[in-house]
Amino acid sequence: MSDLFDYTVRLGDDALIAAQRTAEWIAAAPQLEEDVALGNIGLDQLGQARSLLQYAGSLDGRTEDDLAYFREEREFRNLQLCELPNGDFAHAMARLLYFATYQHLLYEELRTCADETLAGVAGKAVKEVAYHVDHATQWVLRLGDGTEESHRRMQAALEALWPYTGEMFESDELIGRLAVAVDPAPLRAEWERRVLAVIDESTCSRPEASYQHTGGRSGRHTEHLGYLLAELQHVARSHPGATW
Amino acid sequence: MVTDEAIFDAVGEVADPEVPVLTIADLGVLRGVRHEGDEVVVTITPTYSGCPAMDLIRHEVELTLNHLGVDGRVETVLSPAWTTDWMSAAGKSKLTEYGIAPPTGTRAVGGPVMLSLTIRCPLCGSPDTSELSRFGSTSCKSLWRCNSCREPFDHFKAI
Repeated sequence: MSDLFDYTVRLGDDALIAAQRTAEWIAAAPQLEEDVALGNIGLDQLGQARSLLQYAGSLDGRTEDDLAYFREEREFRNLQLCELPNGDFAHAMARLLYFATYQHLLYEELRTCADETLAGVAGKAVKEVAYHVDHATQWVLRLGDGTEESHRRMQAALEALWPYTGEMFESDELIGRLAVAVDPAPLRAEWERRVLAVIDESTCSRPEASYQHTGGRSGRHTEHLGYLLAELQHVARSHPGATW
Repeated sequence: MVTDEAIFDAVGEVADPEVPVLTIADLGVLRGVRHEGDEVVVTITPTYSGCPAMDLIRHEVELTLNHLGVDGRVETVLSPAWTTDWMSAAGKSKLTEYGIAPPTGTRAVGGPVMLSLTIRCPLCGSPDTSELSRFGSTSCKSLWRCNSCREPFDHFKAI
């Protein structure tokens, strides 16, 4: 397995698992417009996942479906942040703010990398993700600076997910070896600047530095990923070879 | 032999399944036609990464090639990334007639998202409109309401 395959799978798995969680909101969001918005955001994420997993698959003779449906939990390389259960709507918006801001910074760098395909996917995705950041920002402001109850819930969500943000900025040997890979560590300062500016404006308080979870990039996940994959994969596994 | 230009014009007539007044040439989804030996290669690009219309568009292009009696395949390219700047002027006026406000201006990648663009109501022409949701019935549209005629309408987002 090549470094380029491993790296592309990381990006693809982030997008795929995020898409699956986002899709769970459809028909469960607080208002109809939000069902539609989250449906579209999930579709963007799924489109990015497909492009990335197609590319990864082309490097080692597999299809996007092989990678999405026929890998085990420990073979997934997504961030733990992406797999956590949805929680309430404030959690969804906190996660989208954290994740989309990270993706935006990452894709912005990746679109100038030497790998034509990764650069192409990133150049397309960065425009979509800008809308995701904007959407999450509007909701965090509205909920944080809203009623006592919405403020309380927004604050709780921002704090609950903060311990999963450190993983986004971990560098490792793979990133060191692969020239086209974007080192995420230097993106952290700008990420914090953008995210904290939104949190400040929302009248919520900044989450305190805390223990940071890690492991997703090496296949160690929270207990929630297995359940997510069971739902994602079971039709494909029950009917191997079926096409639709 | 059918020329590349003739093929471009023919497949360019394929309609977008989501906004059927627009052809893929109007949208800028059709990127080019070239010959590789005897084989014709048509390149298309999605508006959004997850655009579910791409499979149907690819299929319709293949059908058109069949009708023309040429051997060909369809290639999807992501780069350069599609932008609403590629939509033709004819396409924009067709959109307005159809009741969808066309994209306005351009949006620099990574730049701030403009929050208070005035979008004219495609039905009565009033500039007094408000955004209901940044995301509409498809990825490429947002949902608006006209404060003058009170009708809701779609707006094709600048990207």
